[in-house]
Amino acid sequence: MKYKIFAGICLLLIAIFVGTSYYYKKEQAQMYGQLARNSDPVFVRDHSRILGSPDARVTIVEFMDPACETCALFSPLVKQVMAANPGRIKLVIRYAPFHDGADTFVKILEAAGKQGKYWETLDAMFMSQPHWASHHNPQPERVWEFLPAVGLDMARLKTDMNDPEFARRISQDVADAATLNVRKTPGFFVNGRPLEPFSRQNLINLINEELKTQY
Amino acid sequence: MFDRYRTSDIDWAILLAAWGIAAASALGSIFFSHVMAFAPCVLCWYQRICLFPLVVILARGLFPFDAVVVKYALPLAVLGWGVALYHSLLYSGLISKNLQPCTQGVSCTEKYIEFFGFVSIPLLSLLCFTLIAALLIILKKRTTSNEI
Repeated sequence: MKYKIFAGICLLLIAIFVGTSYYYKKEQAQMYGQLARNSDPVFVRDHSRILGSPDARVTIVEFMDPACETCALFSPLVKQVMAANPGRIKLVIRYAPFHDGADTFVKILEAAGKQGKYWETLDAMFMSQPHWASHHNPQPERVWEFLPAVGLDMARLKTDMNDPEFARRISQDVADAATLNVRKTPGFFVNGRPLEPFSRQNLINLINEELKTQY
Repeated sequence: MFDRYRTSDIDWAILLAAWGIAAASALGSIFFSHVMAFAPCVLCWYQRICLFPLVVILARGLFPFDAVVVKYALPLAVLGWGVALYHSLLYSGLISKNLQPCTQGVSCTEKYIEFFGFVSIPLLSLLCFTLIAALLIILKKRTTSNEI
């Protein structure tokens, strides 16, 4: 009898846990979908960098951090999918600089954007990332070694990056990340649908589903 | 003579209740961190260190009923209660902020949820540890009075 009571409570607790988790995720997904349908600015701000055709009907919103390893690993994947579906996908970059000192890297990126080299700089940063953002030995100052190769005017970059506008963009993005419950990077939304659970294959599936519905 | 294994249904039910609260709290804290993706702060981890073993220890004391389980479980419950109290005071601002032990990462006073405007996560933790400790103390009183 006592074993039964105990087992019953165990099952009840687990059922409540699983049920609530399922319900919570569903609610969240619906809320994001609602925001996306109303094309809420929480996903795309005026300052946001966008890669790909503006007419593309599938929008990938990525909350990322230049110092995040997983973001660097996902970058080629997203580009491959975009290349395979030309003109149908656009990528919106949002910032969630959760790593220590990541604000600086975002400011470098934005300043590079002023010189028209935003995407090249982002690629260079991701590729050289193991040298300056390793977890056991982070050396943020080493990022500078890899920037001249992109063809940036370094003196101008160093002045531009202190523009208070960039700090404002970062705080806007961080606030939007909090609204959308993005607490890890990269945080992906495809036409407002959050990537859940997180995996490479699920991202590809999510994009393909949206491609199917939109085209 | 004190018979630690002597089973009284009420004693067993008290222990079961303490275990149930511990198990529900443990699952609740996992829900906050894994489902809602709230990063746990340092103080939360100290409370978890006290809470998670209670789920196993208290369950072990149920089969067969062993009154001595209180001896092992109560210190954990009291420690967890102490940390929860400190955390709640810090959170509500009753303790000055420069006493705060957290440096980087998640702030221990970061507000995630507040049910009804005042029930925060540290307060929930304090409530659970209070209940568990109270039940264990009642159990201790009941079982030691059976001694002689």
